[in-house]
Amino acid sequence: MKTRQKRLMLVGFGLAALLAITALVLNAFSDNLVFFHTPSEIASNSVPLERTFRLGGLVEDNSVRRGEDGVTVHFKVTDTAKAVPVIYSGVLPNLFREGQGVVTVGQLQEDGVFRATQVMARHDEEYMPPEAAEAIKQAQRERARTVERPEGL
Amino acid sequence: MSRTRIQWFHFTAPANFYDLAGRLIPAFALLSVILFAMGLYLGLWVAPPDYQQGDSYRIIYIHVPVAWMSMFLYVLMAIYAGIGLIWRIKMAEVMAKSIAPTGALFTFLALWTGALWGRPTWGVYWVWDARLTSELILLFLFLGYMALHAAIEDRQRAANASAVLALVGVVNVPIIYFSVQWWNTLHQGASITVTQAPTMATIMWVTILIMFLACWMYSIAVVLARARTEILERERRARWVQERLESEKP
Repeated sequence: MKTRQKRLMLVGFGLAALLAITALVLNAFSDNLVFFHTPSEIASNSVPLERTFRLGGLVEDNSVRRGEDGVTVHFKVTDTAKAVPVIYSGVLPNLFREGQGVVTVGQLQEDGVFRATQVMARHDEEYMPPEAAEAIKQAQRERARTVERPEGL
Repeated sequence: MSRTRIQWFHFTAPANFYDLAGRLIPAFALLSVILFAMGLYLGLWVAPPDYQQGDSYRIIYIHVPVAWMSMFLYVLMAIYAGIGLIWRIKMAEVMAKSIAPTGALFTFLALWTGALWGRPTWGVYWVWDARLTSELILLFLFLGYMALHAAIEDRQRAANASAVLALVGVVNVPIIYFSVQWWNTLHQGASITVTQAPTMATIMWVTILIMFLACWMYSIAVVLARARTEILERERRARWVQERLESEKP
């Protein structure tokens, strides 16, 4: 075998071994690479509750209530299966609204309320002009109306 | 067969590469300027604002192309480094070394523009999620490659050692790309992929592609220019260099 081929084999095997090792390591540490936990994970007790962690999901519809002091906000974070009530006082990001993805940082209290010290909005991968978004909303409203009032009524 | 082979290796000879690159650079530079002008005009004036983010989303016309470039350039650098390591082709070593600074620049720009977008959108400049962290590691890989290259006096040993580093670092590229699919991250998933229709308005992704092409043209022009200087330095005692310099004198 020529030295050139030997080097090729060496680099090839080296890279393959490295890839395998990385895959195994990432697989083993998979739980620690998660940026946030979901309400379902909390419900199934797979999250260490005594320390600060990140809770992520969607802001549940009709769950946002503003406190009387003007800075405290109550809302629920849901993954559509389970929901966790959250209390937060501070400045919310611009994108914060019902139905929006959020990641909150804080601790779960004894009473099951998550006290957040930080709220981050999570953006999805959809980008469109306002007119297109309006058209989609319009179409959804039309559909909702036809479902509510079946033909002939 | 033998004729095509000679053609193929023609430009691995430094003198031929030097001349070819000298002719190509102005063309790529011009294309890059035209495409950047087109892309920025479309992105900043023609494309509509986003329904949620308003105008702040427009940073994707820089952020997404430079982030793609950072990954492509790393893979390209590693391929050249690997060719140099295995087949001992000098020009491949020169190309790998010349790509590194441009790759580091694009990686830095991706992180920087991402932070500027993250503040108004997420509410934070930086989080340690898998996507952001792996992109930061990419920056360190580029910088580490350059530092290692510069730290070793002997040219051949410097090329070999840094080539191994570049090849090892390749593992990071699929991690960056798939991080948003494999784990929960704050960073959103890909809007434009090879397999699916883009989840954004046509004018938006077309503009991103134009900016991406502009970045490629810029990279090619700059990397070729850097490779030419590297060749001159390596071959400064060769007769062809003396001849070229003699003829370029006013």
